[in-house]
Amino acid sequence: MNELINYTLQLADNSLILGHRNSEWTGHGPILEQDIAISNIVLDLIGQARNFYQYAAVLINNSTNQQFNQSTTEDTLAYLRNENEFKNCLLVEQPNGDWAKTILRQFFFSAYQFYLYQHLQNSNDETIAAIAEKSLKEVTYHLRWSSEWIIRLGDGTEESNSRMQKAIDDLWMYTDEFFEASSYELFAANEGFGAGVSLLKKDWMKKVKDVFDEATLSVPAELKQQIKWFGKEGKHSEHLGYILTEMQFLQREYPNSIW
Amino acid sequence: MNEIKHHTINSPNTKSIWKILESIPDPEVPVLSIIDLGIVRDVKINNEEFEVIITPTYSGCPAMDMIKMNIRMVLLEHGFQNIKITSVLSPAWTTDWMSEAGKQKLKAFGIAPPTAKQQVCHTELFHDGEAIQCPRCNSYNTRLISQFGSTACKALYQCNDCKEPFDYFKCH
Repeated sequence: MNELINYTLQLADNSLILGHRNSEWTGHGPILEQDIAISNIVLDLIGQARNFYQYAAVLINNSTNQQFNQSTTEDTLAYLRNENEFKNCLLVEQPNGDWAKTILRQFFFSAYQFYLYQHLQNSNDETIAAIAEKSLKEVTYHLRWSSEWIIRLGDGTEESNSRMQKAIDDLWMYTDEFFEASSYELFAANEGFGAGVSLLKKDWMKKVKDVFDEATLSVPAELKQQIKWFGKEGKHSEHLGYILTEMQFLQREYPNSIW
Repeated sequence: MNEIKHHTINSPNTKSIWKILESIPDPEVPVLSIIDLGIVRDVKINNEEFEVIITPTYSGCPAMDMIKMNIRMVLLEHGFQNIKITSVLSPAWTTDWMSEAGKQKLKAFGIAPPTAKQQVCHTELFHDGEAIQCPRCNSYNTRLISQFGSTACKALYQCNDCKEPFDYFKCH
């Protein structure tokens, strides 16, 4: 049961944290249409996160495990957990940088979600399968939108190409984490409610290479830095703490306030 | 998806509930009722309880809470006491469930209705698919401006002939 809870929380945390990061663009997008586009993607991601948190809350409340307090809700999971309890991968908590970096982060993540949710549609857990089926249609739009922007910028001007390539150099080292299974992901894959993440790498890599080829961009030959810790297991970069500070401030300072 | 029952009528009471639900507009596209939109999946009567089963258009659709509240209010006004509203995700909502009447109302309202076949939900890049008809001058000479619009369910288009920018209720 613990593994199912952790697995569900990880799916929720990835969508919430990326959604929160992207929301920093709302009102600041490079042009109005793209400000609206990324804000729409935020809405989808936070909607997906809510579905997973609601399910995790049911699982936690039903479980006899006393590690968690009773009467957990989607809100307590989002607003009252600490940094080391969040299971999102490191990529999604990385700062927005310029538009190129934000687009690239979205593209890497959407391509990962696209193949992940295809597997999760067949999860033997009905709720996870239903959320994946629903979300996949939205992710298809995100993947298409971010792929097109990678190509526009990569195959654009000298400056847009160099900014895109710099974003790749900065973010590439975080992508391996997608495919390195945590203990609860291994359990989930064995039990049939989760996907074998190492198996997603081939399709993901092909998608990235196809888009990069068209964008005249290249995958770095070597990693800028070897990452030895895992967001999935609650070991985060310094950035997550700052995100949570802003996101959780209101509920921590004024508990149970509503609007 | 075709085995989903659009209007399950197993007693006069569910029939009257379906009829009442037709009067509830979608909060973001008020020209459509929640029935036109295809988000009411079933109506059931379990003993003394009246259950309305709905599905969201998009995972993050901010109108869902309001829709639930409106269903409850309107049914209460009509004398139904014990109301349960259940949200389901599977099968996932599709624009194929939008009624023909709904599509006509959308067009009259100035929003291009979704085309019949699923043609935008793919990953093929820089490909607009089937031409979308301008709701103002009926020209098919239109272009996509953005796949994302003022609400999750719409895309932005512009007509090359009459120059009018318009919303397209995108395929999903």
